[in-house]
Amino acid sequence: MSQSSALMGFVHRRRRGAELFLLILALAVGIGAYAAVGIGVEGHVPVDILGYGGWLAALLVGAHVAVRLVAPYADPVLLPVVAALNGLGLAVIHRLDLAEDTTFARQQLTWMTLGVVLFVGALVVLRDHRVLTRFTYTFGLLAIVLLLLPMVPGVGKTINGAKIWIGVGPFSFQPGEVAKVLLVVAFAGYLVLHRDALALAGRRVLFIDLPRGRDLGPILAMWLVSLGILVFQRDLGSSLLFFGLFLVMLYVATERPGWLVVGSGLFLSGAFVAWRLFSHVQDRVDIWLHPFDYYNAPRPPYSDQIVETMFGMGWGGLIGRGFGEGDPTRITYAEADFIMGAIGEELGLTGVIAVLVLYGLIVERALRAALISRDGFGKLVAVGLAGVVTLQVFVVVGGVTRLIPLTGLTTPFLSYGGSSLVANWVIIALLLRISDQARRPVPDLSGPSEAPDEQSTQVIKL
Amino acid sequence: MNKPIRTISLFCLFLFVALMLNATYLQFWKADDLNNDARNRRVIEESYSRERGAILVGRDPVAESVPSDDRFEFQRTYAEPFRYAPITGYFSYFSQTGVERSQNQVLSGEDPRLFVTKLVDLVTNDPNKGGSVQLTIDPEAQDAAFEGLDALPGDVEGSVVALDPSTGKILAMVSLPSYDPNKLASHDLDQVSDTYDKLLADDSEPLLNRGIQTTLPPGSTFKLVTAAAAIESGAYTADSMVPGGDTYQLPQTSGESGLIDNEGRDCGTDKIPFEQAMENSCNTTFAALAVEVGAEAMIKQAEAFGFNTTYLEDLRPQAESNFPTEMNPPQTGQSGIGQFEVRSTPLQMAMVVAGLANGGVVKRPYIVDEVQSADLSTLEKTEDSDLSQAVSSSTAADLTQLLVSTVDNGTASPAAIPGVSVAGKTGTAQSGQDDVPPYAWFVSFAPAEDPEVAVAVMIESADIPRGEIAGGQLGGPIAKAVMEAILDD
Repeated sequence: MSQSSALMGFVHRRRRGAELFLLILALAVGIGAYAAVGIGVEGHVPVDILGYGGWLAALLVGAHVAVRLVAPYADPVLLPVVAALNGLGLAVIHRLDLAEDTTFARQQLTWMTLGVVLFVGALVVLRDHRVLTRFTYTFGLLAIVLLLLPMVPGVGKTINGAKIWIGVGPFSFQPGEVAKVLLVVAFAGYLVLHRDALALAGRRVLFIDLPRGRDLGPILAMWLVSLGILVFQRDLGSSLLFFGLFLVMLYVATERPGWLVVGSGLFLSGAFVAWRLFSHVQDRVDIWLHPFDYYNAPRPPYSDQIVETMFGMGWGGLIGRGFGEGDPTRITYAEADFIMGAIGEELGLTGVIAVLVLYGLIVERALRAALISRDGFGKLVAVGLAGVVTLQVFVVVGGVTRLIPLTGLTTPFLSYGGSSLVANWVIIALLLRISDQARRPVPDLSGPSEAPDEQSTQVIKL
Repeated sequence: MNKPIRTISLFCLFLFVALMLNATYLQFWKADDLNNDARNRRVIEESYSRERGAILVGRDPVAESVPSDDRFEFQRTYAEPFRYAPITGYFSYFSQTGVERSQNQVLSGEDPRLFVTKLVDLVTNDPNKGGSVQLTIDPEAQDAAFEGLDALPGDVEGSVVALDPSTGKILAMVSLPSYDPNKLASHDLDQVSDTYDKLLADDSEPLLNRGIQTTLPPGSTFKLVTAAAAIESGAYTADSMVPGGDTYQLPQTSGESGLIDNEGRDCGTDKIPFEQAMENSCNTTFAALAVEVGAEAMIKQAEAFGFNTTYLEDLRPQAESNFPTEMNPPQTGQSGIGQFEVRSTPLQMAMVVAGLANGGVVKRPYIVDEVQSADLSTLEKTEDSDLSQAVSSSTAADLTQLLVSTVDNGTASPAAIPGVSVAGKTGTAQSGQDDVPPYAWFVSFAPAEDPEVAVAVMIESADIPRGEIAGGQLGGPIAKAVMEAILDD
């Protein structure tokens, strides 16, 4: 906040023109990739390139116009980056469709349309993100209900061994993806109220300020929820994501590294116990350590996905085989969790690094919004959302490239999956809203109402 | 709250950098390993739809890719399948062996030496063609070896290896029984699996390249190494008198089991000339010599010729020839006549004679002469290199004298070529099992004064009555034919 007071006279520019320019580049990536897929796989530009490109352009221009109207000061980089990722993801899914005769890309485009509609809706309805603090406990409760839903008989569906789906008519839906957004908001609302209690009381042991026993309540509760997801839903990825997210937000709210020590300890011990107790966790670790021993194994567990991904990425090398020249369908679920394998094979290390940089940019812009945000709630939500993207990308990309044991999660904006795509578009809407608030000129001289004490401290320093 | 946000930023940066480094590791550093993994179907399918380079012997391809109109575009064919299968190996949808495997990078066009060709192909949008591999094999010598071995009665199991002593070039390498790699390269994948399973289940092990992958007791041919150790010790020359006699009792033994005899050959009494001992392949002499020079010197001499190591770099896998490193005196005596735990590949015995032929210098054997681009311009020619100085040149000359006399007057006479002085030695090694017939060996080189070719013949089994198995009678004519094929060029 030193920044905002020190630069009282500084006003952020809107930069909407820059956003439009970047958006055109992103469209070039998306439509260009779609054309390249057609040329590479079928030998000619897809016949529906105009319809497809037009639809994509209409969606993104619509999103841009909405931002221009209702969030004029929002960060100009986020939307184009997301558009590029989403467009590339659609092209890669389309390429796999052509090889396997499926229609995932068409469905994904429908989901993207819904995502953009919700994105615009969120921006229009939510003119000030602080309104969300009213729903702290509602969202928290809703998130837990959503997480528990897949375990309800008749509603829950088990797909590929993970009980993280619910069936709604003909659709399958992963409530965890929505729950993660709700949880970020709920955590932020809770922590912004209780941060002082969590931050100030405690003991000092070996240079680390450890929190007070009774303040451990929420962290223990979250730990149990994470463990519950791990044990009952067999979903390692979500478990890691939720707990990590909570830890990051707790640390930012309290500014006490002690929480990280306690939390990491809890996570490691939980992970260790889970590894000792559950065979599916042991299988994952064994496959991670010795993937080639389980390749084409006569009986489960199999490591074919991860080994084929490694072979594919090695085969892609630095510049990739090019669309249609690789063999990404050897990887089962290449269009979902393992989409990075398909990108690595056909677009090479260059493509993989480019995608990682795009994710890095999303996180960087989110953290920048957190830094300049004028209110604690906004900071926490922005950090939380940045944490969600980072952890999710790390867990899934690290998993498929054998940096860490594989745990199923979707790759944000790239992987096929409606729930994930829609939820991620809403995340971007929230981030744009927070950055719009943060970058908007201060309306009058009354100053930010959030933290007068900090404000005065800074003035004395000057 | 900004301080922890900055910390978290660093943490996020760390995670992203970790992902990028890991991706770089996989796709850059580890990529070659992954691409060379035999289980990597991508590489095989890619090679299947690409014009793979040829394997050339002389001017003719023994393995080449011809266009086919099914989903793989090219079909691998082998012009003389049985004759060359142990060398070329096979290129099937499921795996590769032999030169097809060891030179896969070149044949498939992935080798860095083919970079320029690849770049040109990329620019001109031509399909990427693999490079060719020129073998050191001499087609006439290979024919002579194959036909000689194949002419033996019954289902022959055996091998012939011929070397150019001065370079280490493998001039012929035949192994029987052989198989038809065309059947394994077929695009009818079910049939390929069936054929492969049958070959694998066959007791005669047709997939084995006996020239480099089978080790057997070399028997009397190993007496060359014993003689070399004795002469190197300084106590003997080719003209010395050596211990003789009808029987020799191994030290620390008594009775029948430790008694070595000469199966009726004339080995005199007490002292006999070295030439006589070699001509008549006197077990008593060489067991005594081995005991006399001692285990240490025997081990050193055997290892100097290449025992207990692998040295063939362009054809794998290679079995390590064995000379025991822990021996008491009676075991040393048995080892001196190529029994006990001495095991040798035919290539190893060929290297022993080649080393003697080359003035004591053993050359590293190799089979890939040249790597060529798709338009047959030479990219790299293999340089010959020394493996070791096994014996001094005077020892080599002494041994040559002994071996020439063995062909002229002794057991190795079937290999004699009119007008050429040939050096050779027979061997008949006890298999050690009652129901397994003895192994017949023959090693030789010619011409003795300026050797051009060294040969080792090994016959593991053939349809020959037990009593008639003798290295000289069976192996001698084959070795002679191979040597003639080279000398006639």
